Amino acid sequence: MLQITKRITAMVGNHAVAYAVKQAKPQILAVFPITPQTTMLEKLAEYIDSGQLKAELIKVESEHSAMASIYGAAVAGARVFTATSSQGLLYMTEMFYWAGGQRVPIVAAIATRAIAEPWSIWDDHQDFVSKRDAIWIMTMAENVQDAYDLTIQAFRISEDKRVLLPVMMGFDGFILTHTMERLEVLDDETVDMFLPKRDYNLIDFNDPVNVGPIVTPDNYIKYRYEAKKAMDRAKEVIEEIAKEYEKISGRKQYGLIECYMCEDAEYVFLAMGAWVGDAREAVKRLRSRGNKVGLIKIRTFRPFPKERLVEKLRSVRGVIVFDRAYSFGSGGVLASDVKSALYNSGIDVMSVIAGIGGKTVRPLHFEKVMEEVLEGKRFEERWLYE
Amino acid sequence: MSEIPEYIKNKRVIREQHFYRGNAACPGCPIPKELDLLLEVMGKKTVLVVPASCTTVIMGDERGSPSPVPVVHSPFAGAAAIASGLWRQLRMRGDTDAQVVVWAGDGATGDIGFSALSGAAERNENILYVCYDNEAFMNTGIQRSALTPYGAWTTTTPAGKREFKKPLPFIMMEHKIPYVATASIAYPFDYQEKVKKAKGIQGFRYIHLLSPCPPGWRFDSKYTIEVAKLAVETGVWPLFEVINGEFRLTSVSKTLLEKRKPVIEYLKLQGRFAKLSEEDIKVIQEAVDEMWEYIKQLVKK
Ligand code: SF4
Repeated sequence: MLQITKRITAMVGNHAVAYAVKQAKPQILAVFPITPQTTMLEKLAEYIDSGQLKAELIKVESEHSAMASIYGAAVAGARVFTATSSQGLLYMTEMFYWAGGQRVPIVAAIATRAIAEPWSIWDDHQDFVSKRDAIWIMTMAENVQDAYDLTIQAFRISEDKRVLLPVMMGFDGFILTHTMERLEVLDDETVDMFLPKRDYNLIDFNDPVNVGPIVTPDNYIKYRYEAKKAMDRAKEVIEEIAKEYEKISGRKQYGLIECYMCEDAEYVFLAMGAWVGDAREAVKRLRSRGNKVGLIKIRTFRPFPKERLVEKLRSVRGVIVFDRAYSFGSGGVLASDVKSALYNSGIDVMSVIAGIGGKTVRPLHFEKVMEEVLEGKRFEERWLYE
Repeated sequence: MSEIPEYIKNKRVIREQHFYRGNAACPGCPIPKELDLLLEVMGKKTVLVVPASCTTVIMGDERGSPSPVPVVHSPFAGAAAIASGLWRQLRMRGDTDAQVVVWAGDGATGDIGFSALSGAAERNENILYVCYDNEAFMNTGIQRSALTPYGAWTTTTPAGKREFKKPLPFIMMEHKIPYVATASIAYPFDYQEKVKKAKGIQGFRYIHLLSPCPPGWRFDSKYTIEVAKLAVETGVWPLFEVINGEFRLTSVSKTLLEKRKPVIEYLKLQGRFAKLSEEDIKVIQEAVDEMWEYIKQLVKK
C-alpha cells in the first residue's frame, strides 16, 4: 500500500509554484522578471543559490530569450521551466509557437495579467488565452493548491511519450500569485516517484538530426495533423495522470473539467481560474434557496474538453459562461468554445464578460446574473462593468 | 541517450565527413565552403544553431540535410539564446567537450537578433557565434540590413543606402568577450586558424565573416573569391583578432596599415555599387581610411 505522506503548510501562489518546480527538479530555467511573476523568480533564484535546487537559472535579457534558451536546453534533453505574464508572454510569443510546433516538452507558468494599452498590472486572462493556438497544452488553476498540483502534473503530461507537447499552467495574477492559502505539499520522494527522469533528447552526435527545418507544403500539413493528434491524445493522458496523482496526494484531482453540483442542475456557470471559487460560493447560496444550479470549472483549456462538456451538460437548459478575456469583433473566448462544443444541442449559452483588467467580481455578481436567468431572462452577451 | 521520437525521425542529417555537395545554395555562394571549413576544425561533436537566413534553406528540408552535425533551427531573434540553453544542457549532461556554434546572417546578428547576441555575450555563454555577413537580407530578396554598407543598392535602398554599416566586430570587441575576430573566405587558412583558436577558448567567442553574395551584390558567380579578396586588400574588410582585449591584425591586413588598394577596385566589381557618384566613392574611401586610423590606435595599445 502506498503510504501518503503530506505536509500541510501555507504559501502564496508564486511560492507554491516555485516549490513544485523545485520538487520537479528541472535542470535549466530561464525567467525574466515581470509583475506579478517576479516573486516566483526570486524564490527560484533562492532555491538555486542555496543548493536546494541543482539547476541553472539563465539570467536572460528578455522574455524572448527566456523561452529561446529553455527551448535550446529542452532540445538537448533538459527538463526546463519558465514563467511570465502579460507583455512578457506577448514578447515570448514567437518562441511559444516555435516550441509548440516542434513539440518540445517545456513547462511554463503564466501569472495572468491584463495586456496594455492602457497599462494595467492587474489580472485578467487576455494574455493567457492569446496562446490558444500555439500548440501548447493549457491548464488553469482555481487556487494555490491547484497551481501547485497542476505544475507537478504539467511536467508528467508534457514529457509523456504519447503527448510530447509543452504545457502552460495559468493562475490568476495577484489573486493567486500573491495570496497566501492553505497548501498540502507532497514529499520529495513521492514527487520523484511520480515524475521519473526525463527521457527526451534531440541532440545525439552519433545520430544527428536537423531539428526544426523548413518543410515542403505536402508535409507541413502532415506535421500539423500529427500535432492535432497528439493534442487529442493528451485528453486521455491528462485524465490518466490526474487519477494517478489522486492516489499519491489523497486529494480528488480533476483532469479536464470539474463539476460542482451539476448533476441535476438546470443552469450552470462555466468558468476557469480563480473566480471559480466565487462561482462555487454563488452556487452554494443559490442551492440553499432551492435553485437547481451548478458549476463547471475548466481545468484544461487546451485541448478543449468538448466531449466531457457535452457529456456533463446534456440535461441542462442553459450555461452562463464567465469570461475574463474577449476576442474583439467576435465574443467571449470561452463562450465561443462552449458554443461550438454545444452546437445543435439546443442548450442556451449566455456569455458574461467580467473581471477585465482586475475589476472586482464577487459571488454576488454571479448570483445576480443567475437569478435573472432563473427568472426567465436571456441574453447573448453581457459586460459587467458597473 | 533517449530514443528520437517518431515525429522527428525522418529529419536525418547526412553523415558525410564534409558539408554535403548538391545543397540548395546559389551557384558561387561561399556559405557551404565556409561551413565546411568551420566544421573541419570544430569536429563532429558540434551543434549548429541556425536562425532564419539563406542557411535555413541550405540546411535542407525534412527529407535530409547536407550537414554532418546536428542542426537546430531558430527564428530570427532567438539564436544566441537557444545556443545558450543548448550549451548549458550539454554541459549538464556531461558533454563538456561539445561545441555549440551559432551560424547567423547579418540581419539575425546586427538587427533583429542583436539583443539576444549582446545578452549572451554579456553572460559570457560558452558558445561560438559566427556571423556570415552578406550585407543584406538575402534570403527574402536583397533588402537592406544594418550591416549593408554605405552606398549599396538593395531593393529597399534603390538609390543606395545612406547610412553606414553598423561596426559589429568593434561593438562585440567592446563587450570584452574572450575572443573576437574577422575573417574572409578568400583567406581560408586565416579563417581556420581563427576557428581553431576560438575552439580552444572557453566563453563567448565571435567571428565575423564577410561572405560575398553573387546575386545580392550583383557580380558574376565566378568572382566570389576575387571580391572577398579585394574587400581585404582595399581595407574595407580588415582581418584582425582580439584575444582577451589584445588587438592584432592578421594575414595580409598586417601589411595594410599604411597603404591599401583604393576602394574603387573593390566597388567596381559589384553591380550594387554601379550607380555610386564620385562623391560617394570619396565618402567610402574616407570612411575606410578613418577606420584604419582607429585600427592604428588599437594596434598601438
Ligand atoms: S542569396 Fe547569396 S548568400 Fe544566399 S544562398 Fe544565394 S549566394 Fe548565398
